[in-house]
Amino acid sequence: MWDYTDKVKEYFMNPKNVGVIENADAVAEVGSITCGDALKLMLKVEAGTEKILDAKFQTFGCGSAIASSSALTEMIIGKTVKEAEKITNQDIADYLGGLPKEKMHCSVMGKEALEAAIANYRGIDLKQLKEDEGSLVCKCFGIYEGFIKKVVQENSLKTVEEVTNYTKAGGGCQSCHPAIEEIIEKVWKEKGKYLHVGEEAPKHKPAMTNLQRIALITETIEKEIRPTLVQDGGDLELIDIAGNEVFIALRGQCAACSSATYTTGSIEGKLREMVSPDIVVHLQSD
Amino acid sequence: MNKVIYMDNNATTKVDEAVFEEMKPYFTSLYGNPSSMHTFGGQVGKKIEEARERIARLIGAEHTTEIIFTSCGTESDSTAVFSALQAYPERKEIITTRVEHPAIMSLAPHLEKQGIAVIQLKVDKYGNLDLNEYGRCLNEDIALVTVMTANNETGVIFPVEKMAQMAKQRGVLFHTDAVQAAGKIPINMNNSAIDMLSISGHKLHAPKGVGAFYLRRGTRFRPFLRGGHQERNRRSGTENVTSIIGFGKAAEIAQTHIDEENTRVKEMRDRLEGEILKRVPRTILNGDMNNRLPNTTNISFEFIEGEGILLLLNELDIAASSGSACTSGSLEPSHVLRAMGVPFTAAHGSIRFSLSRYNTMEEVDYVIEKLPPVIETLRSISPYWKDGRPTPEFEPRFD
Repeated sequence: MWDYTDKVKEYFMNPKNVGVIENADAVAEVGSITCGDALKLMLKVEAGTEKILDAKFQTFGCGSAIASSSALTEMIIGKTVKEAEKITNQDIADYLGGLPKEKMHCSVMGKEALEAAIANYRGIDLKQLKEDEGSLVCKCFGIYEGFIKKVVQENSLKTVEEVTNYTKAGGGCQSCHPAIEEIIEKVWKEKGKYLHVGEEAPKHKPAMTNLQRIALITETIEKEIRPTLVQDGGDLELIDIAGNEVFIALRGQCAACSSATYTTGSIEGKLREMVSPDIVVHLQSD
Repeated sequence: MNKVIYMDNNATTKVDEAVFEEMKPYFTSLYGNPSSMHTFGGQVGKKIEEARERIARLIGAEHTTEIIFTSCGTESDSTAVFSALQAYPERKEIITTRVEHPAIMSLAPHLEKQGIAVIQLKVDKYGNLDLNEYGRCLNEDIALVTVMTANNETGVIFPVEKMAQMAKQRGVLFHTDAVQAAGKIPINMNNSAIDMLSISGHKLHAPKGVGAFYLRRGTRFRPFLRGGHQERNRRSGTENVTSIIGFGKAAEIAQTHIDEENTRVKEMRDRLEGEILKRVPRTILNGDMNNRLPNTTNISFEFIEGEGILLLLNELDIAASSGSACTSGSLEPSHVLRAMGVPFTAAHGSIRFSLSRYNTMEEVDYVIEKLPPVIETLRSISPYWKDGRPTPEFEPRFD
């Protein structure tokens, strides 16, 4: 069961502005019956002032699709076309007190219909626009690169899952997931930020001075490594540090232990994790 | 009417009062571990054996030791698949269908990564299998055939006994997921060719969280869960004692109600279905009308989306379910309806009503009365519907 807000429920149960405007000044149809939701939006616009006098809609889709469509019409009636143009899909979701994240595509469909209606009002050929959308990324739902890019930019999306929630792209056979990852990375790169999809942005550890490095190696050995060795009846001695190279000697039981190489390896692993990935540990015997 | 009209019994069922009574003492009084040496625990073990006998009777198993308790239908299904693949490591293929429950369906990509080929049999528009195709697919490289007894969405029944015999002739193991069928239609493992079978408690008025796995004596088997000696080392883990006891009682009761399922429950289902199809235009019955579970009907209402129907029915205290994309959490409509080739104009608007012996004819009449206006309301919002009929693009053309 979806966790819909009372406002979504209200707009679904008693939708406002359902219907058709005869001789509308702008008409837009987005989505399709195949994809599971579709919205037809019609506007009556006052000549001269460009004020939206009336807006009506018809929707095939789930509860939140119907609520989003109705909310959109309420939001734009009384606004000028220019003002309406500024409405984002997030504004539609906010107007409804939020939508479940899996349902954000309903608000995106509203925004898409609004844009298409305004384009239609201005006499811009929508077919021409479609062709400018780049390559077809999601074949299951017929979603083009340009559209995904735009939604990623407008909503600062970072994961494939989010893109699917907002656009439906990738929600079918999933074979386009790598392509969607690339688009996300491209958008963020253009924003000047590098992003590895699915991971946090890499944490850059600030470069250390030699003194800091030596201090950190010593601390790691004392606090992280030695206690476990001592527990097993062994010990180690730090002999020297030269750049990335750490020279140690094993003492106590560890020295005689046949798994000395294993121990060295795990010490190196710990130092690489805590200090720097290029640390090399050398074992010195007396 | 102030109570919920529950018509979603293929999702889960009400725990029978008698089942609950049977379970009660084993929570706070007789809480011993059935594996214990003392009488306090041992008496619980005896009660589990009674439950095992009751389950064996429901499915006509010859030996009670052929029943292994599990945590759910999904675990039983996984047990069958992984056991067969481990027991026959040289066999690298399994056969299943395109309309299985996710408990089997979702194993396919996982198995394929491990080099197991998964053959998924097609169904026709009524949801029936082509046994000729099945026969052609059977060969000595098949580790297991797993085919559901009855479909959870449409109720369509597969000829599993015949299919198991065909598998047996080729020396191939046969498993069936009978989760939806048990308690609704008779099952008889005695003299059957079926090697393994899964059932679940909560579909037949037992609590959630308990299942059973039938393993024919002499069938090669590898446990899914390893650990203690419970269930004769075939399914380790301390028994879900109370639920197992409840499951046993529910199985006993189900056996006495099988006739009622196929008379009174079927009558209610048929009336509900018949009246809806008659009263609401542009509706499609999904599944094979003559070859179905007695309690299930799956109807598509064209040009509207299922979630909206469910939300409006919910306001009327009617609980049903839908194969629409929006309700499943995925973006595509039910894989069962798609496999049957149900057109997209209809797949998104499918509603499943699944009844039980707890429903009444009054409830059925209430739904019959309330549903048509719900459909009309949603169609009045749809861009594909105008003046009581589909828009011209969806009308048949005679030119």
